[in-house]
Amino acid sequence: MSQPSRDSLAIKVKGLSKAFGRTGVLRNLDLEVPWGEFLAIFGANGSGKTTLIRTLASLTRPDSGQIDVAGLSSRREGEKIRTIIGVVTHNILLYEELTVYENLKFYGRMFALKDVDQRINDAVGQMGLSHRMHQRVRILSHGMQKRLSIARALLHHPSILLLDEPESGLDQEALGLLQKAIGITKGSLRAVLMTTHNVEYGLSMADRVAIIADGKIVHKESKETLDVAGFRNTYLHFTGSAL
Amino acid sequence: MIRNFLGPIWAIAWKDILLEIRTKEIVTPVVVFAILVVVIFNFAIEPTPQMVAAVAPGILWVAFTFAGILGLNRTFSLEKDKGSLDGLMLCPVSRDTIYFGKVLGSYLFMLAVEAIMLPVFAVLFNLSLFLPEVILVAATATLGFAAVGTVFSAMAANTRSREIMLPVLFFPIALPVVIAAVEGTAGTLRGDGWSEIGRWVQLIGVFDVIFLVVSGFAFHFALEE
Repeated sequence: MSQPSRDSLAIKVKGLSKAFGRTGVLRNLDLEVPWGEFLAIFGANGSGKTTLIRTLASLTRPDSGQIDVAGLSSRREGEKIRTIIGVVTHNILLYEELTVYENLKFYGRMFALKDVDQRINDAVGQMGLSHRMHQRVRILSHGMQKRLSIARALLHHPSILLLDEPESGLDQEALGLLQKAIGITKGSLRAVLMTTHNVEYGLSMADRVAIIADGKIVHKESKETLDVAGFRNTYLHFTGSAL
Repeated sequence: MIRNFLGPIWAIAWKDILLEIRTKEIVTPVVVFAILVVVIFNFAIEPTPQMVAAVAPGILWVAFTFAGILGLNRTFSLEKDKGSLDGLMLCPVSRDTIYFGKVLGSYLFMLAVEAIMLPVFAVLFNLSLFLPEVILVAATATLGFAAVGTVFSAMAANTRSREIMLPVLFFPIALPVVIAAVEGTAGTLRGDGWSEIGRWVQLIGVFDVIFLVVSGFAFHFALEE
């Protein structure tokens, strides 16, 4: 598995554009996430949050622009990038007729993990799913499926996490488990980019916050200097809707 | 190196087979459809021994190809509908690996359907088809179907009219393999020697290689949004 380089930024995006048909979704977007940082991006529906995550995860090919992840070019080194990113999307990316164990075993084999059973035990333990190990995904509740989706994303111990509204469908206990799971390796070579609507959750997790509107990052701010009421006003100004 | 390439291919095929064993979403309708085709032809032509030798290969491959299309239609539509295709694409493997994994899964599935079909066909048409030559022709031709069908299944999964789109794309390209398979099977039933049947098998083999190479390349684009 590739080791990320400390010499580069975790994520560096320059001039990223993506359109679906005539509809521009990302417009010349620039973004930098250093190692050790947790960046939360807030944005209204249709602002380009999900497309940004999908493009960074190499699920969607950009029309133009440069994406470097851990110093690796997404155009040329997508396979290497996928070894060091963990992605949580709106879809759970799991097979409903396979059990929790079978799903994770499958992904473990796809990532060529050596100590896969140990990692599965660790991942399901972190997300509070140990007692569901041999149940089929179909019979799990939506929240449990979402927990498993996070366990899948963490299975290969990724250095960079891309989380697209991970809090949706999770109860308070699961949110705490997610926070703990991300925090376990915090301080090591890790970076997190998360999109969210939930201001309380986003601010509790992030080191830095940003606002995306009309496919561009229009505002960035460190949490240390953040005034929550002021940030809400800024969000309202750029998006026309309240946080 | 080879283990790193083959491991994920087998993992994808194993996953598809396990899902099919659990759900039987594809195999049940496909086998029923294939049996119906054979039964309808059996009643339509009232087969005499002479007629059977002439028409059986065509009927057999009509059943195999149409049944195969039904199965191939589901190969990617299930992944797409459930969103799990993104999960595959997030794995650190090349798109070729995903392609060959899906081809292997489809190939084994189609062979299983054919293995069920052959005895049914043999009973209805009073014709033994468990001959090494027929099995060789079926094994090679089915590989060609799986190679082409997998890439077109991926393309069709991105369209609204996927059930119509797949046969429209598939049959013109797969036609040389269908013709060679029918001729190879007919030659076996006529009692032609290996040299005659071998030429059809070679032709199928050439198309298999072309299909695997070209389809593997085209598959990269089929997955793009």
